[in-house]
Amino acid sequence: MAEAHPVGFQWVVEAKARGAKIIHVDPRFTRTSALADTFVPLRVGTDIVFLGGIVNYVLENDLCFRDYVVSYTNAAHIVSDQFLDTEDLDGLFSGFDPETRTYDPESWQFATQEQEGDARQDQATQRETASAMQHETHGIQVGANPPRDETLQDPRCVYQILKRHYARYTPEMVAEACGVSKEAFLEVCEAWTTNSGRDRTTALVYSVGWTQHSVGVQYIRTGAILQLLLGNMGRPGGGIMALRGHASIQGSTDIPTLFNILPGYLPMPNADDHQSLDQWIDAVRKPGAKGFWANAGAYGVNLLKAYWGDAATPENDFCFDYLPKITGDHGTYRTVLDMIDGKVKGYFLLGQNPAVGSAHGRAQRLGMANLDWMVVRDLFEIESASFWKSSPEIETGEIVPEECRTEVFLMPAASHVEKSGTFTQTQRLLQWREQALEPVGDCRSELWFFYHLGRMVRERLKDSTDPKDRPVQELAWDYPVHGRYDEPDVEAVLKEINGYEVATGRHLSTFNEMKDDGSTLGGCWIYTGVFADGVNQAARRKPGKDQSWVAPEWGWAWPANRRLLYNRASADPEGRPWSERKAYVWWDEEKGEWTGHDVPDFEKTKPPSYRAEEGAEGVAAIEGIDPFIMQGDGKGALYVPQGLIDGPLPTHYEPVESPFRNPLYAQQGNPTRKQYDREDNRMNPSPPEPHADVFPFVFTTSRLTEHHTAGGMSRYLEHLAELQPEMFVEVSPELATERGLEHGGWCHVVTARSAIEGRVMVTERLTPLAVEGRTVHQVWMPYHWGSGGLVTGDSANDLFGITLDPNVLIQESKVGTCDVQPGRRPTGAALLRLVSDYRERAGIAHDIYGPIVTTGAAAHTDDEGNPTPDPSEADT
Amino acid sequence: MVSHRAFLGWPVLRQFTGKDLLGRGPAVRSQQTEQLTPRTVEADRVARSVCPYCAVGCGQKVFVKDEKVIQIEGDPDSPISRGRLCPKGSASKNLVTSDLRETKVKYRRPFGTEWEELDLPTAMEMIADRVVKARNDTWQDIDEDGRKVRRTLGIASLGGATLDNEENYLIKKLFTAMGAIQIENQARI
Repeated sequence: MAEAHPVGFQWVVEAKARGAKIIHVDPRFTRTSALADTFVPLRVGTDIVFLGGIVNYVLENDLCFRDYVVSYTNAAHIVSDQFLDTEDLDGLFSGFDPETRTYDPESWQFATQEQEGDARQDQATQRETASAMQHETHGIQVGANPPRDETLQDPRCVYQILKRHYARYTPEMVAEACGVSKEAFLEVCEAWTTNSGRDRTTALVYSVGWTQHSVGVQYIRTGAILQLLLGNMGRPGGGIMALRGHASIQGSTDIPTLFNILPGYLPMPNADDHQSLDQWIDAVRKPGAKGFWANAGAYGVNLLKAYWGDAATPENDFCFDYLPKITGDHGTYRTVLDMIDGKVKGYFLLGQNPAVGSAHGRAQRLGMANLDWMVVRDLFEIESASFWKSSPEIETGEIVPEECRTEVFLMPAASHVEKSGTFTQTQRLLQWREQALEPVGDCRSELWFFYHLGRMVRERLKDSTDPKDRPVQELAWDYPVHGRYDEPDVEAVLKEINGYEVATGRHLSTFNEMKDDGSTLGGCWIYTGVFADGVNQAARRKPGKDQSWVAPEWGWAWPANRRLLYNRASADPEGRPWSERKAYVWWDEEKGEWTGHDVPDFEKTKPPSYRAEEGAEGVAAIEGIDPFIMQGDGKGALYVPQGLIDGPLPTHYEPVESPFRNPLYAQQGNPTRKQYDREDNRMNPSPPEPHADVFPFVFTTSRLTEHHTAGGMSRYLEHLAELQPEMFVEVSPELATERGLEHGGWCHVVTARSAIEGRVMVTERLTPLAVEGRTVHQVWMPYHWGSGGLVTGDSANDLFGITLDPNVLIQESKVGTCDVQPGRRPTGAALLRLVSDYRERAGIAHDIYGPIVTTGAAAHTDDEGNPTPDPSEADT
Repeated sequence: MVSHRAFLGWPVLRQFTGKDLLGRGPAVRSQQTEQLTPRTVEADRVARSVCPYCAVGCGQKVFVKDEKVIQIEGDPDSPISRGRLCPKGSASKNLVTSDLRETKVKYRRPFGTEWEELDLPTAMEMIADRVVKARNDTWQDIDEDGRKVRRTLGIASLGGATLDNEENYLIKKLFTAMGAIQIENQARI
């Protein structure tokens, strides 16, 4: 956090000064570790063992916050007697189909609950469409009232299942798998549990490297289980904070430029399941469930009405048919492989530099080299703009400028000070930026570019009678423009996002005002209120020192300016603060309403004593003791019966590339992971496959304070380039000795994809760990460099292959295996030979792919169902 | 030779003879120091902005003089950052004023070995032509399994996490209306 989010870290330092204990768990000692009370190095990719170990510690020692857990989580829910755990099936849950490598989640459901909601859609489809992302707000759609045992004694209740699931995640197992000493581990357990409860809360902060794993979603789930068990959710000083890495990456998820969702986390319609407006709405609004998703009809209609304006009417289902349909995986990695295969014609890059920033840089660049045209919009001439003349593949002869047909338009962009608009930062806070000055030359905002591109495309199609052009012709695209460049009025766009009454133009104040009859429109329901009363609430700048510590009048947070989600949980079931020290939102009996420091995340006048009538659904079914109002049962989910591809409980799987056999289960890696077995995407072998020793070291990457991701906004700046001038490879003194690496000299790092070089940095910030009875060396690299800018160097992301988390289709790019050798890497054709030699030695040069399922009857077949050699018989 | 006046102006003497015994105030200020003014004072206007790097969302004040950014500083009013900026945020004046910034459209024709110049309106017309053609050439009313899809798989886009909400909104709206679905950003990475 001190490295990548230094200014946010000031609050941690301040908390420390006031007595908080800071624990930093990281493979490498960083500037965060330097200021922490305790630093715990661990083996990359073992976080579920570590956190699962703490869950086990809490359950074994009966340390959970019982009152909170019983009332506010699904601990008491009874699960179907058909459910079998990974303890029963050696690393798989019940319902596994080895052919598709997906689960039928029927046996995961709560008892007496019919298969409902997302469980209706098969999981292979859900994996392809990263459907879990929709759950970011819409929660699991379980029935409102599953059977419960509030004594938590029933062997089939979630609490007991959880206890059995983590029983083997002992301090000894943590030591063996993570390389963390028992003492260090128990110190963390003790600190976390003693600092949680009525009077105290613990915050879990992660940076989004956590998401870049083949089990990334389940990492975060383990954190959520722990924080729910200890009563740290929805309370001040608690929670789980994702530190995201880009100024508006939260905004670009809320108002997504993502293939599988529409604004406000509405799903992109799927050709199989959503061929009508009703099917699409019902997929989100599960009849019978509790909560605010019951109003999804209004949210969906308001979006369609915002898109197609007057053309969208109740008679034509508000132009629902105009939405294109997805049919599977259309994510960025699938798309890049499709570029290599010649299926994509044109590519827009908007302030993004995948030639350096995405996993498997070579695949990224070969994809770019096989397009008809590409539009790059950026401040600088980034590597992705000049791939045709400066890629590493030019040197190896894989890209030849005279033979590369891709036409490239490099369009200069306006900077953040040359346009107005809102960023949404990592805590859902929208902040408006005032334009400081006009952009120069041809520099333009994306707003300008896309508005005028749309206008020109519409001009070209205006006389067409082809039905496919009607969604473009009828698009509501009349934004007022101003200034010498005809810049669209950005506040007009924000007003459309906020929503307004069609007849009067009156801005909506909350999404509860949205109607499903076409009389209102709004482009992103969760942002409704940002323009309440016609005032740009995101532009509010009341100084922090002149308002309460929650600072509600600085900017605007979605939803409804709430700064802390699910904050009803900060009060006990009767509505009283759990303690005076941790008072945040509470029930005021006299006034008959919820009140407190923040906007209550609950219906203002619904008392804690409210109980729903039999058969109630939607908002009316949310009882006075249901703080998690977006979940189908109003409870925090310790156990997730729906919506996750890889199981209802986080389970340790080894990274796809690992030098170790899974110490807990015969199932080695995530059995449901998305893998692309192709010649150009080889993965290093891992046990039980032979030859893992060819790539004996574990490596990971992260950021330096002085650079930003792929370097497009930092390597071109004098000060930052001078502060961190060169690519380097950080190793421990022990590894340096073992491989003959000299501090300040050169070394190169090799994987099945590529070899890159950097200066050797020998430091004790990395330490060899004892894992499964042997020593593992971890190597660390920053990933900021490329061939452009003031300081150049090889790109660490060239080392990674493409394997994805099955829930969200994010790549595993924070852990891999490698070899490290002294000296510079070879160049030209010799580089290709070096990598190819390694593949030969690792046994991955031919058309054979290792098994993904390594337990049960399917253990000896590959992804296509073909037999694979028995690893025990293979030579090593 | 040191003049009498200069001798009496010696800071350490002022420190011990005046009220500023610790030498942290007027005793150590020279006339030159007194005459210095921060360049922010000379700004024609100040825009309230937000740092464009990570997602903490630190407040920035952007000082403009003669239609040029002369300084970017942390905004002390921000309850998030309380006036602080990290090395990147502090360097953001360099980001927006760098000589390396592209200000003219650059064009690389198929099989070209060098960039060429292209004026902005021509580039926009060419891009619009290519979008319409790629869409036409790759349009699917139904997919290979006979499902109604109404889309193109011929146009892809990546980016958005560094852009404004309003921009992402128009990007997704336009591409969706055109039937392009491979629209992605850093949130997938």
